[in-house]
Amino acid sequence: MSAPSTGGRLRADALTLGYDGPDIVRELSLTVPDAAITAVIGPNGCGKSTLLRGLGRLLAPRSGAVTLDGEPLAKLSTRHVATQLSVLPQTPAAPSGLTVADLVSRGRHPRQKWYQQFSVSDEAVVLDALAATDSLGLADKPLEDLSGGQRQRAWISMTLAQETDILLLDEPTTYLDLAHQVEVLELVRRLNRDRGRTVVMVLHDISLAARYSDHMVAMKDGRIVAQGTPAEVVTPELLLEIFGLAAQVVQEPTAGRPHVIPLGAAV
Amino acid sequence: MKTVDAPATGTDSIPAAGLRETALRLPVRSGKVRLRWLAAAVVVLCAAVLASVCIGSQPSSLAQAWHAVVTPSGTNMDVTILQLRWPRTLTGIAAGICLGVAGTLSQGHTRNAVADPGLLGINQGAALAIVAVTAIAGQVLPLTQAVLAFGGALLASVFVFLIGTAARHGSTPITLVLAGAAVTALCTGLVTGIVLLNEAALDTLRFWQVGSIAGRNDILRAIWPFLLAGLVLAAMNIPALNALALGEDTARSLGISVLWARCAGIGAITLLAGSAVTMAGPIAFAGLLVPHIARAMVGADYRWLLPASAVTGAALLLLADTAGRVIARPGELSVGVVLAVIGAPFFVFLARRRKLVTV
Repeated sequence: MSAPSTGGRLRADALTLGYDGPDIVRELSLTVPDAAITAVIGPNGCGKSTLLRGLGRLLAPRSGAVTLDGEPLAKLSTRHVATQLSVLPQTPAAPSGLTVADLVSRGRHPRQKWYQQFSVSDEAVVLDALAATDSLGLADKPLEDLSGGQRQRAWISMTLAQETDILLLDEPTTYLDLAHQVEVLELVRRLNRDRGRTVVMVLHDISLAARYSDHMVAMKDGRIVAQGTPAEVVTPELLLEIFGLAAQVVQEPTAGRPHVIPLGAAV
Repeated sequence: MKTVDAPATGTDSIPAAGLRETALRLPVRSGKVRLRWLAAAVVVLCAAVLASVCIGSQPSSLAQAWHAVVTPSGTNMDVTILQLRWPRTLTGIAAGICLGVAGTLSQGHTRNAVADPGLLGINQGAALAIVAVTAIAGQVLPLTQAVLAFGGALLASVFVFLIGTAARHGSTPITLVLAGAAVTALCTGLVTGIVLLNEAALDTLRFWQVGSIAGRNDILRAIWPFLLAGLVLAAMNIPALNALALGEDTARSLGISVLWARCAGIGAITLLAGSAVTMAGPIAFAGLLVPHIARAMVGADYRWLLPASAVTGAALLLLADTAGRVIARPGELSVGVVLAVIGAPFFVFLARRRKLVTV
């Protein structure tokens, strides 16, 4: 499981992405290892989130392509893609009063015909998605009454109800305190280990990323600088190169993953 | 595990497997509450229909009303009820459904709690068409006026949509609202300019501008196919609205084609609000008020919200119209005036609330 296989269903091929101005992601090629957790790290504005949006076809490529099972995403139907991969945006919006169960049910959309929105046939899947994140007890609570960690679990449940093999998470731990960050990342790991989901997530905390991923991708200026196992990627040299950060890297005692001790900004 | 919750529902910490045995179904409580509210709204609507048929300058009993509709015998009361009040009630129901549903669609697509169907320039577009033609051709027949209103409404919203989607990233809620404001301002300016120069146009506008559902039955008979098409389009828009409420990125991730969803939504708003303005003139505040009332009753789920908006809209319009007949007896206050009087304080209430509802 931890050794990423070479054959990936989701690939970026010379992908260039941008909004109005200059290119944000430049001719980037990446094979997302199947059934593994990939963490994308890099400084602010390096194009991590943009890459994730491109992989999730929320953003159309300027050139190059994202392919799923060899087919360019742009050629596949929106609905079909939605049954294969789901994207959790960084700060998703929700209307007032929406309950957790309502939210999670909406994950069923790509698999429903119009009239099925009124049926309860998908209830088992929704319950399962809630159970997977330990959120059954929250089902009838409005989202705004939840803590940050609970809310993030509810959103992840929604993407689970979508029943996709591939999950793309854009900074799933933003705004969460450390305990809730770990809670969410443990959940992500369970989804991968127990259910074989392929996960790509953008993370800011390099030590946590190293701790919870099988494969790491380090980006700078819209390009991939290094990728490989956490031990291969998280090195003092790389931290200096992409963050301009002088740091020591030690092995954390529990799983032997690299852990970053920042020393100061290198001038 | 998590201690943030009130002790009443500490179920969060119970392992999922254990909970499954006791709670095999999703909570249906909210579903029952919604159904009760919807039923209550239907009851209110029925009461409003009865009141609308029975109350007027010449009040009638329920028995008389029944008699007039089922076995009319040509008495004065029968004629009043059959030819005046019953058609007026039907028009009220139709216009109320249109405004309620169009209002909810408008707030849903712009994700703006103070949006109403007028934001697509529909009312001012209708006014401009009527005023311009009157200025050129003189006074027109009521039915011609209706055709003009509908055409103007359609044209204005198509304009708004084209301008809104011509933005570099396609239509977003913001570009739509801006385009709507621009077209509305342009139409208002032109209307003002024309009525300053042309007295006949001013007279027509003065009467048309006060929304009213009296004596518009022939218009309902002509316009119902558009109204029906609008309702079908709105119903088809429900899943997309529910997904778009989670943000455009999430909606796309759920397999929604945002552009098509917006097209369908704006098409429905145009048909419904266009029908309403054609039947009853520009009725302010109904499209703004109804979504808030409906949301307070059944919550944010559009599968419930749209039907609730339809029923609430019809009830609100009939109650306001009937109230107008009671307040100003023996004359009457038109429904547009009554709703504006109710609506303005409601706006103040919305503004004073600490947290504005997120749509």
